[in-house]
This record gives sequence, C-alpha cells and structure tokens, in this order.
Amino acid sequence: METRKTPYNIAEPPDGYSSPGMFATRLDKVVGLARSNSIWPLPFATSCCGIEFMATMGANYDLGRFGSERLSFSPRQADLLMVMGTIAKKMGPIVHQIYEQMAEPRWVIAVGACAASGGIFDTYSVLQGIDRVVPVDVYVPGCPPRPEQIIDGFMLIQSLVANEPIRRRYSPEYRELLERYGIR
Amino acid sequence: MEEKQDILQIIKGRFESEIILTDGSGDIPSVTVKSNSLFAIIEFLKNDPATGYNFLTDICGIHYPENELPLGVIYHMHNLGENRRIRIKTYVPLSNPEVASVTPLFSSANWMERETYDFYGIIFKGHPNLKRILNVEYLDFFPMRKEYPLEDPTREDKDNRYFGR
Repeated sequence: METRKTPYNIAEPPDGYSSPGMFATRLDKVVGLARSNSIWPLPFATSCCGIEFMATMGANYDLGRFGSERLSFSPRQADLLMVMGTIAKKMGPIVHQIYEQMAEPRWVIAVGACAASGGIFDTYSVLQGIDRVVPVDVYVPGCPPRPEQIIDGFMLIQSLVANEPIRRRYSPEYRELLERYGIR
Repeated sequence: MEEKQDILQIIKGRFESEIILTDGSGDIPSVTVKSNSLFAIIEFLKNDPATGYNFLTDICGIHYPENELPLGVIYHMHNLGENRRIRIKTYVPLSNPEVASVTPLFSSANWMERETYDFYGIIFKGHPNLKRILNVEYLDFFPMRKEYPLEDPTREDKDNRYFGR
C-alpha cells in the first residue's frame, strides 16, 4: 500500500496485512498504538524535579509531541502517574491512595533520585523510593534529571504501553504484584 | 549595650531566685531560667511596660546529652515597638521533660510547641493539642534527640561497601 505523505509526524502503523480498503493486525497492537500516543499524565510534583517537568511541558521540549499535552489533575482520568520529587514518609500514603484511585490500565514513572531511591535524603522522614508504596514501571535517574531524560523515560513508558499484552492486567502475576503493595 | 544590661537588670530585679544565668554580651540579651518559673517570666516580659516583648518569634528545642539537664527549650521574643529582642532558655531533665505551655499568652506558640514536642519530646503542660505536627503519627521516637542514627535504619538496600565504610 502506498503511504500518503503528510507534513505531520503521524504514528507508524503496526505490522499487519493490508490490501486496498483493509488492514489486518493484532488487536493488542492497535490498542497499544492508540494508548501509547495519548497517555494522560498526572504530575505529582513535590520539588525540583517538578520544575524540570514544567520545562518538559513547555514549548522548548514540548511533551505534547508525544500525545501528552493533556495533563490530568484528577487520578480518575489519568493513565500515567509521574512522581517527581522527594516523597516524605508522611506523603507515602497519599501517593498510594492516588495510585489506587487511578483506573486500569495505569503506569508509574519515578522521576529523579528522590522518587527512585530517596536520593540524598537518607533520613528518618523520607520514603526511600516510591516503589515502597506503589509499583513503578520506569525510573528516571538524575538530581534533577534534564527534560531530555524525562522525555527518554516517557518514551520508555510509551514502548511499555505499546507492547503490553492485552491480558496482562488480568494475569495472576499482576494481581500478586498489586497484592504485595496492598492495592485492591 | 547599656540597653541590654538594663533589660537584664529589670528581669533580675523581678525574678532574682529564678534566674540561672544572664548574658548580655551576644547579639541579643539571653537569660537562662528555671523551668518551673518560665511561664511567669514570659508573662512578665510580655505584659510589663518596661519590657514589652509582645511578639513570640520562635520556640525551639536543643539537646546537650552531656549536661545534667540535657533538654532545652529556647524562646525568642521581640518588642516590635522598640525593635528589641530577647532570648529565654530553660533546661529540663530527660526523665521528666515538662515545661508550661505559653499558648495562653501567645496563640502562635501552639504549632511551635507541637513542633518542639515532635522533634525533642518536650511536654508542654497545658497545651490544647500536643501531638506530632510534621512527622508521621506512628513515629515512636523523637528524631532530633542525639540518641538515634541519622540514617534510616529500616533501609536494607544500602551496602556499606559502596559507601567506603
């Protein structure tokens, strides 16, 4: 099939069979294609990594190019929880609750050293990584990471979303993972 | 300098037996008082026209483990009209760290005393709501006392070999 040339950067079609007027591929590929190019992030920004995220959303770096210009400040409509910054132990249950409030399928990205491991705050009051309260898909290192790194982490999330088997969220392994974190 | 000494003389004259130490040499005059008369002294400093320290700037705690009375509470007061400040210190034993609350005099003391309790475990008698304010509720120690390791003891992913220890 001859592809029409457009000046816009449109998503690549997945592998499949095509002939004039039809195109056949796997359902999970289509679902993944749609999801990965319209991820609605929920920014959970608590410190300097949040400032870097603001730059990522701004015109220079423009996360909108990846289909994510629509930030969701309600967890109900969000697909991706972006935790950016130090999470104190007192904030831990709140991150957990926000994750619980998100509808499946949901992904989590831990941006920066603090969200990933507690960072320099090796102390009694700081959670040593958000993976102690919610399952994390992608960790972005840096203190704080540059917008390029956040975009790199975001693109990793996109590839996870695009390639996720359609039945993953029903698997016993996934149930067990959530159970380990005390998530219903 | 003279002004500082004057203030210290006024306090000494009024509370001779309750004063442990006065110091007028620093940036602001400083008085160390017995803990059981702290409330009366702060009340005097606030209400007496000669002193007039009508603003409570700060309350904080301190821990000197080697001292006989290791836990301290420090009050900073400010006379806003004449722009004069004073520092009041009092020390209490670790076994019975009790100080009278100054919340009846200054509403702003409410959160500052809660914070001091949160980090040093100093009990402010008469405080309306003495519970933790910044730390998690289930914390079972007072983290700023010099009795506890600075690093998170619950952490199992840290290998000392990677940190040169």
